[in-house]
Amino acid sequence: MISEVKKRRRRAVVDQAACVACGCCVKVCPLQAIAVVRGIAAQVRPEKCVGCGKCARECPASVIEIREAAP
Amino acid sequence: MKKRWYDYLWIASLLYLVLGFFNILFAWLGLLCFVIPLVIAVARGTKGYCNRYCGRGQLFGLLGGRFGLSRKKDIPGWMRSRAFRYGFLIFFFAMFFLMLWSTYLVFAGAQELRQAVTLLWTFRLPWNWAYHGTVFHPGVAQFAFGFYSVMLTSTVLGLVTMVLFKPRSWCIYCPMGTMTQLICRAKNGGTP
Repeated sequence: MISEVKKRRRRAVVDQAACVACGCCVKVCPLQAIAVVRGIAAQVRPEKCVGCGKCARECPASVIEIREAAP
Repeated sequence: MKKRWYDYLWIASLLYLVLGFFNILFAWLGLLCFVIPLVIAVARGTKGYCNRYCGRGQLFGLLGGRFGLSRKKDIPGWMRSRAFRYGFLIFFFAMFFLMLWSTYLVFAGAQELRQAVTLLWTFRLPWNWAYHGTVFHPGVAQFAFGFYSVMLTSTVLGLVTMVLFKPRSWCIYCPMGTMTQLICRAKNGGTP
């Protein structure tokens, strides 16, 4: 049962080519799981992200997607 | 989340717009919004200004978020394309240099001071109530009128896209944001 739940873990994925690096996502992330790296694009720390979707909703360019992580 | 001092910079942005109604010379303070992001991008290679200190972004976030003045819809694809962002940057630059040119003409004595603010590069609004003379050259006031026009125009554009799309839609095509990202790309290599 538990392993099945783990398989369905969700995570945020950033389309880095389209990211404007404004940092709106960083401000709303409750787990500090996303950061703007070197002023170019946002990057998700997959080990911290729980896929809550706050960043995706906030992103003005809508370039963050919540995807089911591969098992 | 704990609020830091820089989370209140939206007050400064609001104050800037208000002060321009009373004395246009305050418009000079807006240069800070041009210089600080560039200094941070060049010196540290980050978009620290956008990420933390941009009061205008915070203002849009507040109005569109907490005050609910935004539809919170996705922005159209073409508006977040590089072509549009770079195109807007170039257009903004061109208009900025045009403004510097008319400032130069006033300094050179070839043109009279125009006590007006130009909205959206087209509509000339009388703004004489905010001018009470200056101890400096009238060109100093001309720059203030021109710079305030730039700031007011971008605020209006930002408010329109805030209402139509997500609160901080302005951040996508903000010329300073695009420029600092380009500087960071050049400084750090193409990838994050």
